Amino acid sequence: MSKVNSATFRDSLSVSLTVGAYGVAFGAAAVANGFSVLQSCLLSLLTFSGASQFAVVGVLGAGGTALSGIATASLLGIRNGLYGVIMAPRLKVKGLKRIVAAQITIDESTGVALGQEVRSPEAMRQGFWLTGFGVFVFWNLFTVAGALGAQAMGDIRAWGLDSAVPAAFLGLVWPRLKTNSDRALAIGCAVFAVAMTPILPAGLPIIATAFIAIAVGLRR
Amino acid sequence: MNQYWIAVIGTSAIAFALKYSGHSVPEKWLSHPRIQRVNALIPIALLSALVAVQTFTEKTQLMIDQRLLGLSVAIVALLLKAPFPLVVISAAASSALLYRFG
Repeated sequence: MSKVNSATFRDSLSVSLTVGAYGVAFGAAAVANGFSVLQSCLLSLLTFSGASQFAVVGVLGAGGTALSGIATASLLGIRNGLYGVIMAPRLKVKGLKRIVAAQITIDESTGVALGQEVRSPEAMRQGFWLTGFGVFVFWNLFTVAGALGAQAMGDIRAWGLDSAVPAAFLGLVWPRLKTNSDRALAIGCAVFAVAMTPILPAGLPIIATAFIAIAVGLRR
Repeated sequence: MNQYWIAVIGTSAIAFALKYSGHSVPEKWLSHPRIQRVNALIPIALLSALVAVQTFTEKTQLMIDQRLLGLSVAIVALLLKAPFPLVVISAAASSALLYRFG
């Protein structure tokens, strides 16, 4: 890698630190929902995709099965595949490098990379690798801190962790609600999932909302 | 092997497979606008459902408790354009206070 553009470096680092710090919320949420510290850390190392990780702990915490947790998390992971499609022709890597690039292909690395494209193709590639590795390091460190912290708390409700988890989900979905129809979909799915909870087996009310999204997306 | 381990391993394996397959398919396969649109809507649906289920249910029962206050505070924080950590912390703090002293 040649000399790193200082603006690219600054962008990558600030995104890495801010986003990595959310790892505290994930580590705490995972432990609050019954995952061990080891399992929480493995999710951050191996899954390495915030929304998917929060989803799987949320579904199992609500009493859902492993299958419904995996399915919900995987539906949220599809977009990383689409980022891969966008990044592959720009990175042009093979073999081991492609495996590493795939693992760090997430919202942030793709976003920063595309944002650097106006500077140069070189800055774009640097932005991808720096942000990908940066988020990976901080996300994992903060996950350990959050998981250990939550484990030390005892009754999580006395520390508000039971509210921190839905607030974290809300923070993840909020920037995606750009139009009134997005907001209507969000409220509709929220009401549907709560209304179906006493009726359907745990976990299914959540994943069923994906079909509402598919129906809405195909109709418009 | 319990449900939690199956979930950790299954989620991780599929997450990587999705990322890697993206790096390996031709770009034009997935450029259809309907696929792009559905892909943008799925996270909205799932995350909104998770917010609601994590706030208003306990196992298979509906329940209103301190989490409603936490979520309301989070909404206010987001409307005021607070950064993510502040949103989470203010929700947790208000909920904890109500739980301890409510």
